[in-house]
Amino acid sequence: MKDFWHRFRANKGGIVGLVLLAAIVAVALLAPMLFPGNPWKMVARPFVPPFEGMKFPLGTDTVGRNVAAGLAYGGRVSLLVGLVSTLAALLIGIPVGALAGYFGGRIDDLLMRVTEFFQTVPSFALAIVIVAIFQPSVVSITLAIGIVSWPPVARLVRGEVMSLRQREYIEAAILQGLSTPAIILRQILPNAVSPIIVMASLMVASAILLESSLSFLGLGDPNLMSWGYMIGAARTVIRQAWWLSLFPGVAIVLTVLALNLIGESLNDALNPRLSRRRS
Amino acid sequence: MKRILAAVVASFLAVAPALADPVAGGRANVVIQPEPPSLMLGLVQNAPAQQVAGNIYEGLLRYDTKLNPMPSLAKSWEVSDDGLTYTFHLQHGVKWHDGQPFSADDVVFSADVFLRKTHPRFRAVLDHVESITAPDADTVVFRLKSPFGPFLNSFEVGSMPIVPKHIYEGTDFATNPANNTPIGTGPFKFAEWVKGSYIKLVKNPDYWDQGKPYLDEVYWHVIPDAASRAVAYETGQVDILPAGSIENFDIDRVKELPDTCITQSGWEFFGPQSWVWLNNRQGPTASKEFRQAIMYALDREFIRDSLFNGLGQIPNGPFAGSTRYNDTDLKPWPYDPKKAKELVKASGYKGEVLKLVPMPYGETWMRLAEVIKQNLADVGIKVEIVSTDVAGWNQHLSDWDFDLSTTYLYQYGDPALGVSRSYVSGNIKKGSPWNNVEGYSNPKVDALFDKGAGTVDPAERKAAYDEVQKILVDDVPNAWLLDMGMPTISRCSVKDLVTTGIGLNDGFKNAWIQK
Repeated sequence: MKDFWHRFRANKGGIVGLVLLAAIVAVALLAPMLFPGNPWKMVARPFVPPFEGMKFPLGTDTVGRNVAAGLAYGGRVSLLVGLVSTLAALLIGIPVGALAGYFGGRIDDLLMRVTEFFQTVPSFALAIVIVAIFQPSVVSITLAIGIVSWPPVARLVRGEVMSLRQREYIEAAILQGLSTPAIILRQILPNAVSPIIVMASLMVASAILLESSLSFLGLGDPNLMSWGYMIGAARTVIRQAWWLSLFPGVAIVLTVLALNLIGESLNDALNPRLSRRRS
Repeated sequence: MKRILAAVVASFLAVAPALADPVAGGRANVVIQPEPPSLMLGLVQNAPAQQVAGNIYEGLLRYDTKLNPMPSLAKSWEVSDDGLTYTFHLQHGVKWHDGQPFSADDVVFSADVFLRKTHPRFRAVLDHVESITAPDADTVVFRLKSPFGPFLNSFEVGSMPIVPKHIYEGTDFATNPANNTPIGTGPFKFAEWVKGSYIKLVKNPDYWDQGKPYLDEVYWHVIPDAASRAVAYETGQVDILPAGSIENFDIDRVKELPDTCITQSGWEFFGPQSWVWLNNRQGPTASKEFRQAIMYALDREFIRDSLFNGLGQIPNGPFAGSTRYNDTDLKPWPYDPKKAKELVKASGYKGEVLKLVPMPYGETWMRLAEVIKQNLADVGIKVEIVSTDVAGWNQHLSDWDFDLSTTYLYQYGDPALGVSRSYVSGNIKKGSPWNNVEGYSNPKVDALFDKGAGTVDPAERKAAYDEVQKILVDDVPNAWLLDMGMPTISRCSVKDLVTTGIGLNDGFKNAWIQK
């Protein structure tokens, strides 16, 4: 563990990412305390420009809602959707990949055809269709993002499992008479976990982007403030009120950047041989 | 000295209009949004079709901005004392665009045969008509079964366009190839339509109203994106932006451009009014106190000022301000959240979550739903927004699957044409998003609306409608939001563009461009 931390720290970007993410998570968690009430509340006249007073540091939007409050509450939605949808994608992707990689043959063929089917449909278009069918809500959006983002997980896990399956220690385990589920869960997956973690951290970032894009197109949960919604709503007034699009845009960029930096560092820390080769 | 100066100024002001004599020539460039499906006004009457084809076809009458009838194809008309016989005397020497003479037979054919088959709104008017005859080539007589108050309001070009009998008689109207090259009697002739790009109309040199029109040609430009339409105006590609062609939020910026005039006139005949449907059948909105609470809770001035750019009027009830017989003594419900809270409590509301299905007509309407939700949250009413597309919204309303929903509807200048349909119990029918969707049922209101429609005596009509407005305003079957302002933006050098109650729809007859 100490070794891991040492290697993680070696990459400065990772530390920056970690600090950024911690700050964003803190603001999101503290939103109800920083901005009591709800972010939809119309608190001042519309279109108060930013930096004009301490009361509304980031200004107000088309109907007089506090942009800063929207950002804080929007962060909750973005992070929550990013996290939960990634978990959902892992829950689908890992079993599919593990089964395909371990058993091979016909099971592999079948599972991989299904995976390819999902991979060939453009993921964003599929997400739009799923959300439109089930009516936009935080549940349908999370589900849709999970459904469109599991195939890469399945392919990664399959590859890892396939190569581990050939190792002697697995053959030894089989000879010892360990049951198949026990071998997959206790012997193989723990050894495949590092690339999965790296991938998951990047998936959270792309899930946040996907959620923002859906909200931007008006397919967000209409009852939850989110960054994508804020930009989508600001689009029509971009010439009058630049700050309405800029601040949520910056929030998305920083969050995604932070997650990518962390992912990079995790990769260095978890795959020491790879990173040493590079340096 | 002061007096002399005042006199000079006064004489200058008096002379100023006289300086503005119309000059002939020039071209108008107009935005049309969306592109109409067809210009055959007898078949298609949606807003963009009316805007273009209203200058190709004509009705028997036009209406000024106070909705008084003015001559068009009919130069004069008489109504019998019993209100059952309407006699129209037609203009002489009118020719169709293909040179054929126009006569009373065309009017009878249009009303009795063509529009009866193709025009649902006019068919409803025809239900009151017993016979339509042409005693001679210049006279048309409508006999009614019983008096119908708004009958004289039914002859505008979009409600009753006159189509050529010699082209359509005995053919299948919908598939007649002549539909692609519409032939009317109007001031402009159809010239060219490049789909997705522009529609071109040219001056009708044989127009019956001597000297008109002044313009040589009118181009209607099809520009699918709202931002691009605003840019097209800024760069001078177009000179006229009809209402609804640019985003609400852009209006403030565009109207400040040099040589730019804006008017809200020209929509009096349609009188679009926006409201929140309240489901009167079930849930908390079935209670009158609760509906009154909603009316108190909505900050309609804020809605108008921040979402609709301050355009439009706060209505005092179900009759739009421009609709006949609006009881001007009625005051609009004030914004009073405190009273709203008390009424919510009195209604026995237990915190049920209301389902708000917003009309998905663009950004402004989504913001409106959010403001309504917040206004209601402020007085303790919980609302959840259900977002859906246009088809889904229609479905929710048609199936009565909503607690609250936003909409706007035209009133066509007369309560019997455009108001009663949303409040009489005979109009409670599943399957349409435009009838009595809220399910309000009050025999007294039904009787009063019947009484108002069934007479031509203005005093009797006013008495009935005054009473019905008092009842409805107290019952709050729907929460009225806004008599919508419909701004037409144009270069100030385009004169006399909006002179009637339907504005651009027949506006190019009088329009001219100052050199």
